[in-house]
Amino acid sequence: MSMNEINARRDAMKKMGGMGFLGLLAAAGMITPQMALAAWNKGAFEAKTLADTLKALGAAGTPVESKDVVLNAPDIAENGAVVPVTVTSNLPHSQQVAILVEKNPNALAAQFMIPEGTEATITTRVKMGQTSDVFALVKSDGKFYIAKKEIKVTLGGCGG
Amino acid sequence: MADPMKIRAANKDGVTEVKILMSHEMETGQRKDASGAIVPAHFISEVTATWNGKVVLQGEFGPAVSKNPYLAFKFKGGAKGEKVTVSWVDNKGDKRTDEGTIA
Repeated sequence: MSMNEINARRDAMKKMGGMGFLGLLAAAGMITPQMALAAWNKGAFEAKTLADTLKALGAAGTPVESKDVVLNAPDIAENGAVVPVTVTSNLPHSQQVAILVEKNPNALAAQFMIPEGTEATITTRVKMGQTSDVFALVKSDGKFYIAKKEIKVTLGGCGG
Repeated sequence: MADPMKIRAANKDGVTEVKILMSHEMETGQRKDASGAIVPAHFISEVTATWNGKVVLQGEFGPAVSKNPYLAFKFKGGAKGEKVTVSWVDNKGDKRTDEGTIA
């Protein structure tokens, strides 16, 4: 086999590899809108990292930290299985509220669509595997805002 | 069939506060049973609350929401005696719809 042939084969391999990658991207791109159409945002709930979750929620890039988003939760959660979290948005036209726990296996815990006339104040309870930053993500007028709070989870659940 | 939800709704100064307690295992799919087999995920995935035929809140849950999920929110409007209807669907297709009366 001549050197040229080898190079040609390498090029072909590279191209194929490149196509495979592009194909994957395209597939990912095609899957995302379909998932968004489904009522339950599978992509966002199955995303593992915070960045991927934000992307799946349509909040790619860094959402702006805002004082108008208030995340109310205990500093220390004695029981990681039940951590009360309240998200309040004082931003006008808040349409969407999401609660994310960074170090959980899947960061997104819950998200809510806020119709006109409903106050952007949601209280729920989430599970936390370990001490982690918890984020409240709010979509207002098409822009994303975020608030962060670290919640310590006491291991053993004995308190103190 | 799951147990009924507990729904409390109270109107104060034109704003109705709704508190919902759902009865659901909310299995994460991460836990293993005694034999080491993974317990399959089983959790409420969608919650919808309506008042007078209008959706007042739509939520999507992941398995990280606590067992027997609690949810509280407020909406403008609502009068004493009117109903708030809450429905949920879980990832296995189980459903439950319950009503609460605004006090």
